[in-house]
Amino acid sequence: MLDTLLPILIAAALALAVIGAGRRVRLWRQGRPARVPLLKGLAAMPRRYLVDLHHVVARDKVMSNTHVATAGGFVAAAALMILVHGLGLAEGVLGWLLLAASATMFVGSCCVARRRRNPPSRLSRGPWMRLPKSLMAFSLGVFAVTLPSVGLLPEDFGSWLLALALAAVVTWGLAEMVFGMTWGGPMKHAFAGALHLAFHRRAERFSTKKGGSGRSTGLKALDLDDPEAPLGVENPADFTWNQLLGFDACVQCGRCEAMCPAFAAGQPLNPKKLIQDMVVGMAGGSDAAYAGSPYPGKPVGEHQGSTHGPIVAREGKALVDAETLWSCTTCRACVEECPMMIEHVDAIVDMRRFLTLEHGNTPNKGAEVLDNLIATDNPGGFDPGARMHWATDLELPLMADRQQVDVLLWLGDGAYDMRNQRTLRSLVKVLRAAGVDFAVLGNEERDSGDVARRLGDEATFQSLAKRNIATLAQYRFQQIVTCDPHSFHVLGNEYGELGGHYRVYHHTTFIAELYEAGRLTFRPWKSGSVTYHDPCYLGRYNGEYEAPRNVLRALGIQVTEMERSGFRSRCCGGGGGAPITDIPGKQRIPDMRMNDVRETGAELVAVGCPQCTAMLEGVVDSTAEVRDIAELVADALVEAPSGPAGRGEEQMRTVRPLAEEVA
Amino acid sequence: MQPDTHHEGSLAVTVLVSVGRHPLTGRGRRADQDARGVELARTLRGAEVELLHAGRLDEGSEAALRGYLGMGFDALSLLEQPAGADVLPALAEALEAAGPQLVVAGERAEQGEGSGLLPYLLAERLGWPLVSGLAAVEDVEHGVATLLQALPRGQRRRLRVRLPAIVTVDAAAPAPRQSAYGPARRGRLDVQAAPVMDDVDLAQWPAQPARKRPKRLKIVKAASARDRFKAAAAKAEGGGGQVLSDVTPEEGAEAIFKLLKEEGVLR
Repeated sequence: MLDTLLPILIAAALALAVIGAGRRVRLWRQGRPARVPLLKGLAAMPRRYLVDLHHVVARDKVMSNTHVATAGGFVAAAALMILVHGLGLAEGVLGWLLLAASATMFVGSCCVARRRRNPPSRLSRGPWMRLPKSLMAFSLGVFAVTLPSVGLLPEDFGSWLLALALAAVVTWGLAEMVFGMTWGGPMKHAFAGALHLAFHRRAERFSTKKGGSGRSTGLKALDLDDPEAPLGVENPADFTWNQLLGFDACVQCGRCEAMCPAFAAGQPLNPKKLIQDMVVGMAGGSDAAYAGSPYPGKPVGEHQGSTHGPIVAREGKALVDAETLWSCTTCRACVEECPMMIEHVDAIVDMRRFLTLEHGNTPNKGAEVLDNLIATDNPGGFDPGARMHWATDLELPLMADRQQVDVLLWLGDGAYDMRNQRTLRSLVKVLRAAGVDFAVLGNEERDSGDVARRLGDEATFQSLAKRNIATLAQYRFQQIVTCDPHSFHVLGNEYGELGGHYRVYHHTTFIAELYEAGRLTFRPWKSGSVTYHDPCYLGRYNGEYEAPRNVLRALGIQVTEMERSGFRSRCCGGGGGAPITDIPGKQRIPDMRMNDVRETGAELVAVGCPQCTAMLEGVVDSTAEVRDIAELVADALVEAPSGPAGRGEEQMRTVRPLAEEVA
Repeated sequence: MQPDTHHEGSLAVTVLVSVGRHPLTGRGRRADQDARGVELARTLRGAEVELLHAGRLDEGSEAALRGYLGMGFDALSLLEQPAGADVLPALAEALEAAGPQLVVAGERAEQGEGSGLLPYLLAERLGWPLVSGLAAVEDVEHGVATLLQALPRGQRRRLRVRLPAIVTVDAAAPAPRQSAYGPARRGRLDVQAAPVMDDVDLAQWPAQPARKRPKRLKIVKAASARDRFKAAAAKAEGGGGQVLSDVTPEEGAEAIFKLLKEEGVLR
């Protein structure tokens, strides 16, 4: 009886799956057009899955093995089942292979079941709790119905009752695994995920056989010249179709939630819920069915949306509240962690753009900062002519005078901040000690546009960026060095789209190179233990984890690493305009980070970012001192006996007579 | 708040807006007080708000005027006037023709003459009452507006005035909403014909930039953000300095030299 029933079941499941796929594709295609190489993407998909995605999944060894067994077993079993039971090709090795595949899948599904017995809070429940049972039903059912096919059991084994029971189990398995894949069950992630990998909006972030950078972090520019082009995302349908597809790929594993600093601080953001809300919005409906952790302080079931309805309401509630979007620090911890390669930060900034550019609703100090940027080219509203006041005694060479130098030192808006001025002075001292040929733009420099862009004000960003690019185009330099990772990121990764291509170095990278070249000599470190805080915009955004540590090592410092460091570093809370929009939570993000520092017992935390310095130093009663790496290097400098030292003495001579005159 | 049914139709409000000037960079912008006036009008119930500007239309002023449109307006009426023109006749004629119930203006312009006299001259010419320094319009009913006027030191005075009237706002009025790029870009600048009259007096006045006056520097020496906060939050108090009297020039010079060394000016 099974011989006749199975092919029908398999054919029915496949047919339903195809219909479901069509419906799903139609949902995605409600989004705006996006140009993606379809065939090339599909061809690259297996590699993206096996190499890039697996690289992320493999950070959790147990889960990665579980997934390999379950998913690998399933794909093999499903393909073989179509051959063996669907087309009746049981002879020879195929049946045995099918037995092996379904057995592997069963082992995997047992691990999934164990994971689900006491699931961590980051995992979603609801339909996901039945998944291990469905996996077992499929694998066991297929295994059992295959036993007679290979002759291990007689063809007429058992009664018709047993056959019917087996058929029911196989039906359950097929329903979840094949038909559920395209109709919105937990297995949807496999279908949507595969296509999402193929049609990803950032193809550059995947490695290629030739190597490839494997990094793509710059935000994509809005077209402001076309008055018809939408300014950001108002409705779910304003996302591009492949963004919608990406949201649909979410497995609700909650790795993003576990890493999100805003979620940990009790601010109303949970990246996983946000992505699920986008899925709800895409299909239309309420978030009541969501079975994971809610946005802190916001019960599930009160929000709803539709494909062409607003995501954020001007008044009252819609799909998502504005403060959820403004809680994000754009630290990219969620994106870095996401095994499905979903781009949370892109989506958040897209929605912020609409709130700022169309609603004019940037919260708290946002509007003031943006007005300052428009009127004075710096977020603090300071006099642009006072940008170099901190360095009057340093007599920094100006690009306007030099025209051509080796290094253009980009100061950033930290030039107005008394704390960062100390870092800048140290950096200048280091550059001079190494005899670097450098100059600054001085008052010609403007804010890089980082904050404006993260606050959604693409217009102000592009205005600042274009003027900066025009200024930089007047001069000749080999590279830009900056102590601000935000400027580093924007100049290096985001100006390119607007026509500015530069070689940009973070000061730690540059100092590390100077040291390697033997142009700096350090006194050995004598003070206490030190830990290092990776700035998001240096680490996750630009992959620079080693250079700062190399510099610290060169100083003779043994870094005591925090539990969350490197690509898992926890944000200081200072990115993405978060200190400006200042959405309240239960605790402050920098306080949590200084607790991480305290746990290492370090007396000093080395940083490489003005934002991080300000945020961490703002923590009351902290146990550790906050110093920029440039400061540590400047303090440890030993004037080398030849070369650079001679230069230094020369400068002293020019300064001394001036001092005598005054006295 | 009274429901709208109390009004005979809606309340026609015209806000006079000017091109502002940022105090540090001199760039064109929404004038702060005028923007507050727009905000005040926007929050009025049942108000139909019109924006009116008299002046030149060029690249610099257009960006500033679009700043007002970004507060959520489809259009702004523009009476084109050359530099050095007296805008009073043009504004008066336009207001007489449009016949708004309430005219809102900033106390004074951020550039040009900036005498703050325009609203008064306008009121005199139209024969309307004028109330200055408005904090809020509380209610408009049967052609009478209840206004809240801001007085020094946070005091408020409630006034009733028969419309039409001119009111002016200063920094006591509610802060303006953010200007959004989208509506600012889409909004129309409706250029309207208007009489042009040269400002004969202005042409005879000599103008020179205001002189900068020296200001005492406040020096905060602090090692950390916390110390800086303490210093900023502390009450200003003297006693940091040192008074030298009856000293020889050498002793005086010595003291100054020491101070300069301490301050790091000399090394």
